[in-house]
Amino acid sequence: MAVVMEPPKEAQEAWEPRIVAFFCNWCTYAASDLAGISRVKYAPNMRIVRVMCSGRIDPSFVLEAFRDGADGVLIGGCNPGDCHYKEGNYKTMRRAMLLSQMLQDLGIEKERFRLDWICASCARELQTTVNHMTADLKRLGPLNWKGV
Amino acid sequence: MNPPAEAPRIGVFVCDCGFNILGVVDVPAVVKFAAALPGVVHAEEYKYMCSDPGQDLIKKAVQEHGLNRVVVASCSPTLHERTFRRVVSEAGINPFLFNMVNIREGVSWVTEDKVQATEKAESLIDAGVRRVTLQEPLEARSEPVNPNVLVIGGGIAGMHASLSLANANRGAKVHLVERQPSIGGNMARFDKTFPTLDCASCILTPKMTEVKIHPNIRLHSYSEVVSVDGYVGNFDVTIEHKPRYINEDLCIGCLKCIEACVFKDARFPNEFDLGLAKRKPIYIPFPQAVPTKVLIDPHDCLYLRLGTCKKTCIDACEKDAIDLEQKPDRVSLKVGTIVVATGFKPFDARRKPQYGYGVLPNVYTALEMERFLSPTGPTEGVPLLQDGRKPETVGIIHCVGSRDKNTNEYCSKVCCMYSLKLAHLIKERTGAEVYNFYIDMRTPGKGYEEFYERLLSEGLKVIRGRVAEVTKAALTRAEKDHLIIRAEDTLAGFVRRIPVDMVVLAVGLEPQSDTQELRRMLNLSCGHEGFLQELHPKLAPVSTATDGIFIAGACQGPKDIPETVAQAGAAASEALSLIHRGVVEIQPYTAVVNEELCSGCKVCIGMCPYDAIGYDEEKRVVHVTEVKCKGCGVCAAACPTGAMDQQHFRKELVMAEIAGVI
Ligand SMILES: Cc1cc2nc3c(=O)[nH]c(=O)nc-3n(C[C@H](O)[C@H](O)[C@H](O)COP(=O)(O)OP(=O)(O)OC[C@H]3O[C@@H](n4cnc5c(N)ncnc54)[C@H](O)[C@@H]3O)c2cc1C
Ligand code: SF4
Ligand code: SF4
Repeated sequence: MAVVMEPPKEAQEAWEPRIVAFFCNWCTYAASDLAGISRVKYAPNMRIVRVMCSGRIDPSFVLEAFRDGADGVLIGGCNPGDCHYKEGNYKTMRRAMLLSQMLQDLGIEKERFRLDWICASCARELQTTVNHMTADLKRLGPLNWKGV
Repeated sequence: MNPPAEAPRIGVFVCDCGFNILGVVDVPAVVKFAAALPGVVHAEEYKYMCSDPGQDLIKKAVQEHGLNRVVVASCSPTLHERTFRRVVSEAGINPFLFNMVNIREGVSWVTEDKVQATEKAESLIDAGVRRVTLQEPLEARSEPVNPNVLVIGGGIAGMHASLSLANANRGAKVHLVERQPSIGGNMARFDKTFPTLDCASCILTPKMTEVKIHPNIRLHSYSEVVSVDGYVGNFDVTIEHKPRYINEDLCIGCLKCIEACVFKDARFPNEFDLGLAKRKPIYIPFPQAVPTKVLIDPHDCLYLRLGTCKKTCIDACEKDAIDLEQKPDRVSLKVGTIVVATGFKPFDARRKPQYGYGVLPNVYTALEMERFLSPTGPTEGVPLLQDGRKPETVGIIHCVGSRDKNTNEYCSKVCCMYSLKLAHLIKERTGAEVYNFYIDMRTPGKGYEEFYERLLSEGLKVIRGRVAEVTKAALTRAEKDHLIIRAEDTLAGFVRRIPVDMVVLAVGLEPQSDTQELRRMLNLSCGHEGFLQELHPKLAPVSTATDGIFIAGACQGPKDIPETVAQAGAAASEALSLIHRGVVEIQPYTAVVNEELCSGCKVCIGMCPYDAIGYDEEKRVVHVTEVKCKGCGVCAAACPTGAMDQQHFRKELVMAEIAGVI
């Protein structure tokens, strides 16, 4: 009888992408709280770093996250027009656009860096975002970026 | 930033939260993991960290192990950061040498896999420990709370909140802003209220008058809030008074001008009566209106529209109160807290064309029926058909626009009950046979099921099933000249056609159409249905994510009067507790400049939305005005030299956290 060799299951499933998420306190962090309160489950791969405003997010935070071993970085802020600090998120938007281009020039795929506007009651949107991003990263595989 | 003066001695406290965390996260393993992290000298687990014994346990551990920094891993900081900051400060540690790690809302409640959940909790605690190691002691700033309150919306919610505040808050002013010419809201339109069938105006009118004469309430009727700036304790508000073309201080409400108007007949639709009754260009919305002052609609008035009129109203007014040249006027005020009570908008029945509203005669909304049933309404309390006859049969269709995938999926909560009320009143006033078409009869509430039983015993006919259509197409002689309600009777199991004279649509409750603008102005959020969002559905039902702003009544979601009044009382008491405390803590998350690194490029100045950064010509560096800085950190992210940083969110703290989570 032929013995069918299967790769060990652990090896197949061992790698889990790691997402570092920078969420603003007022909208997206609130959405993550609401997801909790409503028991909306999502992929366990995201780690939230809370900041008061998405405008606080220095591009160097994103680079540092990739350098430290993140496979993806997610920025979550209030919808345009809804910023708790008037207009911080517009600044985030402009910075993120430049940064996204730069990351792609450095060979980091577009899907690895996302900016999403997720409002305080958008628990479902948060779930979709995290699940989609995790799936994208699983498809892309580990990044292992060594920095510039 | 200077390195911490003493070597860190960190304590990590991991909460089970009963089974909320323990059921998913392997807490003992997490404690072991935490104990081995650099700087950690003590780690322990407890059932409920936020409870008194939990708090004592932290204080005791600080003593016993000489801790100088504390991490608590439990629920969201939104919920208990304040609690634990107080605990550590009572234990003698600066409250900003504390860090809270969210392993409940952020981990156990959102993760299925236990192994992954445990791993996630560990990495977040790792990050939290690294962060707390570098945190610096800070002082929260405190500022006085202005005792004045702004209440937006003068329905039953806004009136009740205003009175509670005004009765307690001696000396300070409550500014009640109502956009309609009179306060009262939707309740003022009702004749009777369920389930007690007590007279709505008998309970409402005295309250309206009390609001008007209360020395601590300033009523801004026919006004809108146009801007709100500032923060808890210190809001700057601008209110616009729309022109009534009447000097409110002079008008005594004698109504002689209405009589004298060149228009002999009332011919313009009266908004309060939903257009069912007519008024003149100069009018009072309803007899019990508060304030009892007339106003002129500039779209209807000859003079205001065309510039010529005999202006007989002016001659008739003995008080010289009429001012046809009146312009909008704005007032600016300072308040410390805000209560939002802007109510609801009834569902637009035209969005369900199969029910024929606006097309077929004798099809009305429930709110219109309320007006027909009111003794001061268009038919003086007796609903009549368009030809003037009393209806012999009436069909009431429940859930119009509610529990419906195509319109609103939610239940509007009050429609079953008010439909029963309407059925009773229609029967009482006209003797008609009334059929209620319902999907489910929802009567939870004190005395509500009993009310339903009472109506059944009065001979109300109820048919279970969603109505497919209302039509005039008669199939039999009995149906001729009637409206036919076609519905599947889900209990009997066949389609029924019931001929009636009149149809009432139990329209649901929707958010006001301008809720989004209001939300933006006040920095609030809305749920999916568009109602204003509370901070926490159970524990902070009238608070919002913006400190100092509270919500009450139907603006937060569909609800009846008893619930609305309860919320209004709660919102008032939340505002009062802030006022009585007298001061609010302002988090010290402000920007700080390292003058040695600042190159004077001024990039940050243009970034700051609050104009908090100035330039020192002499030193050639920027400086931050602390009281103006709201602590967003936008400037720090923009600074090219790293001179600008944000307290408690310093670059190195965020970097440490990033390293920890990976
Ligand atoms: C047909 C019908 C019958 C009902 N019957 C009953 C009953 O019998 N018993 C019962 O308990 N409940 C009943 N209800 C429910 C009841 O109407 C509500 O519970 C109640 O009206 C809610 O009060 P509120 O003050 O929150 O809102 P509203 O009554 O809607 O009042 C809101 C007020 O705020 C004002 N406003 C809105 N936006 C602004 C703004 N931006 N600036 C300034 N002012 C603003 C509005 O003009 C209005 O005066 C019924 C509802 C309907 C539709
Ligand atoms: S100005 Fe003329 S139309 Fe206008 S309210 Fe007076 S009388 Fe009526
Ligand atoms: S943190 Fe925000 S509010 Fe404060 S100075 Fe910087 S940009 Fe202005």
